[in-house]
Amino acid sequence: MTKRVYLDYAATTPTDSEVVRVMQPFLTEEFGNPSGLYEEGRKVKQQILDARGRIANLIGARSTEEIIFTSGGTESDALALLGIMRKHKGHLIVGSTEHHAVLYNAELLAKEGFDVDYAPVDSAGFIDIDALASLIRPDTTLISIMYVNNEVGTIAPMRKIKKLISDVRAQRKEDGNEAPIFWHTDACQAAAYAGINVAALGVDLLTLNGSKIYGPKGIGILYVRRGVAIDPLWRGGGQERKLRSGTENVAGIVGLARAIEIANELREKEVERISELRDKLLTGIVKLIPKVVINGPTKEAGEEITGTQDRIANNVNVSILDIEGEALLLYLDQSGIAASTGSACDSVTLDPSHVILALGKPYEFAHASMRFTLGRETTKEDIEYVLKVLPGIVETLRKVSPLNLDIDATEMSQKKAFIADGLPHWERNKK
Amino acid sequence: MKDEKKTEEKFEVVNTHTGQGWVYSDIVKDHFFKPRNLLLEEPKDSFDATGEVGSPACGDMMQMWINVDTKKDTITELKWKTFGCGSAIAATSMFSVMVTENGGMKIDEALKIKPQDIMERLGGLPDRKIHCSVLADKAFRKTMNTYFREHDAPSRIITDGAKVIDEKLNITDHDIEEAVLEGARTLEEVQSKLKAGAGSPEAIPEIEQLIRFYSEKYYG
Repeated sequence: MTKRVYLDYAATTPTDSEVVRVMQPFLTEEFGNPSGLYEEGRKVKQQILDARGRIANLIGARSTEEIIFTSGGTESDALALLGIMRKHKGHLIVGSTEHHAVLYNAELLAKEGFDVDYAPVDSAGFIDIDALASLIRPDTTLISIMYVNNEVGTIAPMRKIKKLISDVRAQRKEDGNEAPIFWHTDACQAAAYAGINVAALGVDLLTLNGSKIYGPKGIGILYVRRGVAIDPLWRGGGQERKLRSGTENVAGIVGLARAIEIANELREKEVERISELRDKLLTGIVKLIPKVVINGPTKEAGEEITGTQDRIANNVNVSILDIEGEALLLYLDQSGIAASTGSACDSVTLDPSHVILALGKPYEFAHASMRFTLGRETTKEDIEYVLKVLPGIVETLRKVSPLNLDIDATEMSQKKAFIADGLPHWERNKK
Repeated sequence: MKDEKKTEEKFEVVNTHTGQGWVYSDIVKDHFFKPRNLLLEEPKDSFDATGEVGSPACGDMMQMWINVDTKKDTITELKWKTFGCGSAIAATSMFSVMVTENGGMKIDEALKIKPQDIMERLGGLPDRKIHCSVLADKAFRKTMNTYFREHDAPSRIITDGAKVIDEKLNITDHDIEEAVLEGARTLEEVQSKLKAGAGSPEAIPEIEQLIRFYSEKYYG
């Protein structure tokens, strides 16, 4: 068997063996329904209480009731957006590079009649604060801006957003405008390396899940600040303060609490180790392969290319021009390397990465984008192996390709394919 | 490339966002990792005709070059380059084999090859990927149209469903739209792009009208 080098940790992580160990009893002997008043139920309920308390503590929440357990990041995002907007009405703003879990629920709300605006980002993926400020209306209820972008690793200017929202609140008070304004952030990609403290961040709602932090899949939380009312997505037995009915995923909850603890313990060391490996990979790719464009924040320090303070430690995203991402992904896979691409061919709707496009890059750059995300198991040898294999694969695929794109391009190179009505198929489908 | 040893196992690509699997057959894999008839060092002007379809913005683009045996009316050589995903590369490679095997296919036969025929030879493609393989036969038709136009055989040009504007030269509204997108703005420029020469004089007003229409549509 070929050696496997897994570099798609932003997609999901393996579950930590210690996490699996603490989950084990709840998949077997501790099977009781926590709503039961008898001993089997009480024991399990106590474990959920304990996990909830530890998680609240770990993320800087003031009280355990601020933690709502869900099935993961997508559900938490949906609950935040639909829950706030359906309860409070008004106007919604989401970042243009948000995860589809936010974007598609924003689209759903638009269909329900809500006004939705999209906050633009600059060429490195940072939210344009002035543009965001100018989108805020007297009736804006919710702003959803992710903490760390899952594709290009940009860490949002959280302090500036916090300041902006507190300014808006002060202004509304002065104006006698009693409409509330809330801030939700999807922090799934941040939990392992950036650290989460809801009080310091100043957010009202926060999404976090297990599958990106070496915890179990199928479990997540939505932090909802005390006093913020939301509508549930569905009704049922009334668990989670009636906000998320359904028998609790006990093993998942216990596992998630442990996963967050471990992530916190390892954070400092891992950030240092992994960002060094990330910079080695970034520098190597740019040095060894011509016509590469880095996506997301970086800086050059002499010969080295490094992620800035505002790039998450484990993310490398590059557009390797003139070749197509899915083809590259398959060649890499054949060589034992797992990575991901923003190419249209690798998406269900066959549209290219909205994140790369939002950075102001042409479609061709999105089709050519490759993301390598590092993790706990990644070693120096892994990175050296990628740097040994990748240039040859790129050379092979460039021989196959008839393209020769301009590295500084900002527009589509050819409009020919869109002859039918001058639009790419994914734009046509929107209409 | 590393070891290419044959395996019976299917090659599965799973989308990270959806978990949906795309299974490529062994034949697809083989053509993808070892493309046949790729244009490598050959000078591009040593071919009788070339044609290009698709766009890098769309994610798939393909160029083809052919040589023709004029006596037998067969394809002696077909070379290509493709920017695209696994199935696009494999489908073009397979198409090039189908057209050139056994001494070369009759042009009229080759023009009849449908995407389904390519898929069959590849042992199937994932449903969602079929649009990619459609490009190979389209690129070929386009290459042959260029060949027919340049070799005094306009009657053989395949016009598909497009509206024929110039009956004599078989110029369609698509041809004109494409010439405009490639930069042509006047009748002369369009004629030179299409290497059309003088066609039916009665078609000229409509050609000019279409040039204005498409110029305004895309650049107006």
